[in-house]
Amino acid sequence: MTRQSSRITPVVLTLLSYTIIGLLIVLPVVLILHEALRQGLHTALETLKDPEARSSIRLTACVTAIVTVINTAGGVAAAWTLTKYDFRGARLLVSLIELPISVSPVIAGLVWLLLFGRQGWWGNWLGHHGLHIAFAVPGIILATLFVTFPYVARTLMPYMEQQGRAAEETAFLLGAGFWKTLIHVTLPDAGWALLSGVLLTTARAMGEFGAVAVISGHIPGVTETMPLHIETLYNGYQSVAAFAMAALLVLVAMTTVLIRMFLERSFRKQHP
Amino acid sequence: MSITLEAFTQYAPRSSRKLLDNIALTVEDRAFVALVGPSGAGKTTLLRAIAGLSSHSEGTLLIDGLPIHDRPVQDRGIGFVFQNYALFRHMTVARNIAFGLDVLPRARRPDRAAIQRRVTELLDLIQLPHLAKAYPDQLSGGQRQRVALARALATGPRLLLLDEPFGALDPLVRRDIRRWLRDLHDRMNLTTILVTHDHEEAMDVADTLVVMQEGRIVQAADASTLNAAPQTPFVMEFLGETLKFPGTVRSGQFVPDNTDIAPFPFEGPDGDATAFIRPHDVFLLPGAGQASVEKRPHFSNGLFRYQIVTAEAAFEMITPTDLSPQEMQNVRVDISRGKIFYPAAASEDPPKPA
Amino acid sequence: MKPLTVTGLGSFPRRRQTLPGFSLSLGLSLLWTGLLVVLPLTALLLRPWQHGLGPMIHALHDARMYAALRVSFICAFLAVLIDLPIGLLLAWTLVRYRPPGHRAVDALIDLPFAIPTAVTGIALATLYGPGGWIGAPAEKLGLKLTFSPAGIVIALTFIGLPFIVRSVEPVLRSFPKDVEEAVFLLGASGWQRFCRILLPALAPPLLSGAGLAFARGIGEYGSVIFIAGNQPFHSEVAPLLIVMRLQEFNYDGATSIALILLVTALLCLVAVSHLRRSVSSGLLREDGA
Repeated sequence: MTRQSSRITPVVLTLLSYTIIGLLIVLPVVLILHEALRQGLHTALETLKDPEARSSIRLTACVTAIVTVINTAGGVAAAWTLTKYDFRGARLLVSLIELPISVSPVIAGLVWLLLFGRQGWWGNWLGHHGLHIAFAVPGIILATLFVTFPYVARTLMPYMEQQGRAAEETAFLLGAGFWKTLIHVTLPDAGWALLSGVLLTTARAMGEFGAVAVISGHIPGVTETMPLHIETLYNGYQSVAAFAMAALLVLVAMTTVLIRMFLERSFRKQHP
Repeated sequence: MSITLEAFTQYAPRSSRKLLDNIALTVEDRAFVALVGPSGAGKTTLLRAIAGLSSHSEGTLLIDGLPIHDRPVQDRGIGFVFQNYALFRHMTVARNIAFGLDVLPRARRPDRAAIQRRVTELLDLIQLPHLAKAYPDQLSGGQRQRVALARALATGPRLLLLDEPFGALDPLVRRDIRRWLRDLHDRMNLTTILVTHDHEEAMDVADTLVVMQEGRIVQAADASTLNAAPQTPFVMEFLGETLKFPGTVRSGQFVPDNTDIAPFPFEGPDGDATAFIRPHDVFLLPGAGQASVEKRPHFSNGLFRYQIVTAEAAFEMITPTDLSPQEMQNVRVDISRGKIFYPAAASEDPPKPA
Repeated sequence: MKPLTVTGLGSFPRRRQTLPGFSLSLGLSLLWTGLLVVLPLTALLLRPWQHGLGPMIHALHDARMYAALRVSFICAFLAVLIDLPIGLLLAWTLVRYRPPGHRAVDALIDLPFAIPTAVTGIALATLYGPGGWIGAPAEKLGLKLTFSPAGIVIALTFIGLPFIVRSVEPVLRSFPKDVEEAVFLLGASGWQRFCRILLPALAPPLLSGAGLAFARGIGEYGSVIFIAGNQPFHSEVAPLLIVMRLQEFNYDGATSIALILLVTALLCLVAVSHLRRSVSSGLLREDGA
């Protein structure tokens, strides 16, 4: 190859990849904002004030909060257990924790129906006692828990592994017990990684569609989360309302991506 | 605080490989002990075991006559300093030092002002009173080391365990900190155990040296005993430059294979043996043999180095005298100050400590 | 041994964790994993045996199911084929040339993963649909992008892209530059260098990214259903058929599809983790070459 062509190649390849990114990733995002604002910002905001829209936003916020808290607690416990102790079966536990990533969201909804649905193991019994999990909010929470299960543990584990155990052992020898060591020593140091994992969990929990679609029963105003409500609006040809809600979710998603990127960068600067 | 280990064995996690093999060791109250040995000898493992950080172990470990795990951590009175200091990165120096007091159960925790006073006191002790609000990342290696020490001392331990405390420091700082540490040990009536791979450092600071090899204690004694009566060739070689001369013991004499080296009287069973000797214990018998001597350019601490060339080998000796040219011709070598070891003792298996 | 140690005074149990709280934190982890992952997946695995294998075998005689599985597998495979060169190109450009704005672009690559799938679905359906910014010009050329398997491929391409880029990037970044330079000095052209040296080293991460993207693709639901048209035997994906079966209260039908999808995805993941382990050794081999 000649010298000249080797200088042109980078420019050509860069232009090519930026074009692809533009068409494949940026354009859909631009389209969402464009569709949402087609009748002006005011109309878009009005659609978000609709009672059903507001109820879906409330439900999503509530489900996301509960799911994030539970999976953060579990993820921290698992990451700590797997990195600070030696025990048999640790690898099996890691595989189990990573399993939900490869499970189709629809299956993540289905498995809970098999437990709590009408034909499920405990669905009828619980129904007789007035407890409704499938086609109700608890089912939505369970499905979302399954889908967002691995993220906190997976972001924390590499960091905690690299932390080593000397700080924890020091704290222990200085008299700190399990909780004090975890809360005062380990977690403040792993703060960046923890926050990054929590953000990822939040983002995925807010946007979960397939798993929730299977188990929620789609009752408008009751068990309709934001993504489900988007489907209802879109299929009902309420394009502006659908895209307005979509834009809201996209903005939150982009914010989390940006924060995580910033976190990772300052983290890398701290630990070169 | 006294420590007793008996038949103490520690295994590697999930295997039957022994990291510590049948350790027996007694550390008296107020002793200053150094664990020395090459890397992989099990020094740090033993130190961690004494701190109660052993995972797969069996045998006896008593602190002041009581099994270590019978006492809650806060009551054990052990201060531990890790090799890399393990300072809490997100806490200031003051909070690092106060940590052991901050986590005490409320009933026993001193009030804020008392903790504050104690921290100030310790900062003065480590001569860093101006760094209370600094973070560990902003400190030099020597400063971090002292902060880690202050943190370990805050709860008033009587036993201080230090893992390679001078490892990451530059030579000048090392010597200062060593003196300071010894002084601290004496003033505060501590029992101190430290791990180091540097035997000179150990001899400088500690009363007793415990020489370890492959998970076992080879010899535990003070520096002069170790020098005068090393129990195995390993101890001898570990403690300094050593020359080796194979030969045989025959009717009350050690006869080196090398004929330029003079035989000398030695009481022991007949058989193959090896003489181990330090270069500065070698002497010359001028005019008694065929070996020649060349002067080496090194001259330090008033000592001269000479290269001795025999028919079979060449080696170096050290002596305070400046030899004249006549003294450097036709010499025979006197190694009668050396130690004789039989092959059994020189094998991989060191003898069990008494 | 002295009686002192035999009675247990001062003797340790064989296994002791150096840090406190082991049973508590292990217990919490097992409870969390057991209730949220093991229990529901066990329900799925046990379902075929619950009412005897009869209904299950009946459920397997279902042409529509096989058609849906075929659509899912083929479309996911095609999407991965499209993603591979694009992902490699993106990773290469971002890592090697660091063009202006590469950080922002690098962040954009995560978007398909971060944007909710339903949002992706309606956006792609509108964009590529009749009258859409891309759909309209394509229609003039006689290309029907939505309500056909092509739409499924488009959605899965979008979803799968981050997996390829994120697998290749770290390997590309750590690839020893001196090897390339040595080859350059030996007179190899850029293209030869790429094919002989880089491609073999990048094959494991490319394949592992492909495996992840494929596993994700066959299970994808939200981004696909809006654009696919969902005609049985033509553009109906397997996850959608699970939903349909559930709406018919045909749990056995849903379970059989789910099990096939799950096993396929798990096989992909096992293959990926094997590849992951060989990545470093593969690099070393290239290094020595």
